[in-house]
Amino acid sequence: MSEFMIRRLLQSAIVILAMSAIVFFGVNVVGDPVDMLINPEADQADIEATIRALGLDRPIGEQYLFFLKGIWVGDFGKSFIFGQPALQLILQRMPATMELAFAALFLSIVIGIPLGLFAGLRPESNVSKGIMAGSIMGFSLPTFWVGLMMIIIFAVELGWLPSTGRGDTATFLGMTSSLFTLDGLSHVCLPAFNLALLKISLVVRLTRAGTREAVHQDYIKFARAKGLSSRRIVGVHLLKNILIPVVTVIGLEFGSLIAFSVVTETIFAWPGMGKLLIESILVLDRPVIVAYLMIIVALFVLINLVVDIVYSLLDPRVRLKDQGA
Amino acid sequence: MSVAEDTLEKTSSQRDGSAVPTLVVENLKTHFFTRAGAVKAVDDVSFSVKAGEILGLAGESGSGKSITGFSVLGLIDPPGRIVSGAIRFNGEDLVTASPERLQDLRGNRIAMIFQDPMMTLNPVLRVDTQMIEAIQAHRKMDRKAARQRAYDALEMVGIPSPGERLNAYPHQLSGGMRQRVAIAIAFLNEPDLIIADEPTTALDVTIQAQILHEAQALCRRTGTAMIWITHDLAVVAGLADRIAVMYAGRIVETGQTDEVIDHPLHPYSVGLLGSVPSANKRGDRLNQIPGMTPSLIGLPSGCAFKARCPRADDHCDATPEVIEEMPGREIRCHHPHRQEAGA
Repeated sequence: MSEFMIRRLLQSAIVILAMSAIVFFGVNVVGDPVDMLINPEADQADIEATIRALGLDRPIGEQYLFFLKGIWVGDFGKSFIFGQPALQLILQRMPATMELAFAALFLSIVIGIPLGLFAGLRPESNVSKGIMAGSIMGFSLPTFWVGLMMIIIFAVELGWLPSTGRGDTATFLGMTSSLFTLDGLSHVCLPAFNLALLKISLVVRLTRAGTREAVHQDYIKFARAKGLSSRRIVGVHLLKNILIPVVTVIGLEFGSLIAFSVVTETIFAWPGMGKLLIESILVLDRPVIVAYLMIIVALFVLINLVVDIVYSLLDPRVRLKDQGA
Repeated sequence: MSVAEDTLEKTSSQRDGSAVPTLVVENLKTHFFTRAGAVKAVDDVSFSVKAGEILGLAGESGSGKSITGFSVLGLIDPPGRIVSGAIRFNGEDLVTASPERLQDLRGNRIAMIFQDPMMTLNPVLRVDTQMIEAIQAHRKMDRKAARQRAYDALEMVGIPSPGERLNAYPHQLSGGMRQRVAIAIAFLNEPDLIIADEPTTALDVTIQAQILHEAQALCRRTGTAMIWITHDLAVVAGLADRIAVMYAGRIVETGQTDEVIDHPLHPYSVGLLGSVPSANKRGDRLNQIPGMTPSLIGLPSGCAFKARCPRADDHCDATPEVIEEMPGREIRCHHPHRQEAGA
């Protein structure tokens, strides 16, 4: 296990280093922030001074090394726009994005698994066919369009739910989140569902495929031959087996929930990291863009690691191999 | 049917079993309704088993022997269903029984052991979980008592250090060990009938012999009736009291084990026995039954074996009826190997 952990951590470090180079040089190619930042009426001396102040007069390689040195001590540079450290800016917005992502994760599990189970256990019924057709829609319809439609229907026409903002927040166990107030929950409904739609479809299809495969396994037939209730057979024997791939995929997809929240946050004016990223891209605020991308990379790496560990806890066969190593 | 009554008369004096056979199957037909047509997996099958008796149900793959077993348990899934016939278990008809009643009987009064021990135990549940749930599904018993019972059952089937095995996951046990666990689960609730579906096929010969011996001893001791499904006549020869040979969904021959093995009457039984390798046939070519088992869809009328049978003639275009050759000995054949004919 420890050997496995060390190897994984080394791999993670290499991935993060490689990504830092891609992100840094990639953002430099996109455009020159000086054009956006400086007052067009400023004179040449002012422009030079600003460029020097931002460190943009140095060769690109040197800028990269300087950037790496900064990362090492947790300094991603200051935002060109806000003048605050980029990392701090992002971390301020992170709770909003996290609560959106967790709400979406929760929805995709509590909606996706039961629907998938039903569709897998009764593949011939019309309800199951409806579920599967719905999941194809969930996959194919673009997130932004569905988001706009949801706003039109639920916020504008029916007026049931608010369409923008995060709503009231409350502090519980040291965490400040809108999930702890009714107003906050009503605000999170639409964006969370919008973000979750793709994942619900994914979980439905995965659960259904797993169920269809598992019901024909001998251990299910043996469980029936033991005279167990169908509730126990489905709830324990079947679910525990199909949950292994489902948990793995849901875990891996959690990273993409955070990353894809960019679109949802923009549509629902959700004050999270994604909205900040879009705003920063529009004004070419390099440090914020780079810091955001680096944080997302680090999150992906971390999530992968956690999923590997959870997977080994769920599947006793994997657990044994680790002990042997 | 006379099978039940005759064998009963003959052996009820030998055994102290109840007057009624544990299981009587009469004219059972289980068909699968597929797009290609109706598959007559079990077609007019009748047999019976008494308490403490082991019936060997032999036949090639696809002869319907496993489906017969699943029919008794009420575990036939669509598109299959029991079309007609009766399955009387301790006098109660299972064909017309409610699903709840069947669930209550399964694992409790009728248990089943499956073919592949690698697949029958749930890979993500510990052995004790899988044993305790089998007890608690049928009787109110606290976890501790149920665990003790599971421990005793493992000990009974000859598993060393049962305490450790209870905490193990199936993948930590060998194939033979897993099959013993499955057998222990079958015996947990002291059932009246166990259906064993080729439980030793996937195991080495030495383990196979041990398991056969133990299963036999357990049946004798507990008075449990057993149906041992197999494709290997050599296996049932030393195990079963009686043998029923199945071919293409029908029982073609039944009788006491030694009679069927020593003097098979049906040409199919003769062929099946001739194709078993044995020490005194060393160096000779093994006999084969020519051809293949017929597709059960659109089976031609008449005897299903006629295309492969050396004795077939025009008579065989008519479906042979069950003939009682001797008491307790039945065949479905127009041209059996009668002893006076020098077979």
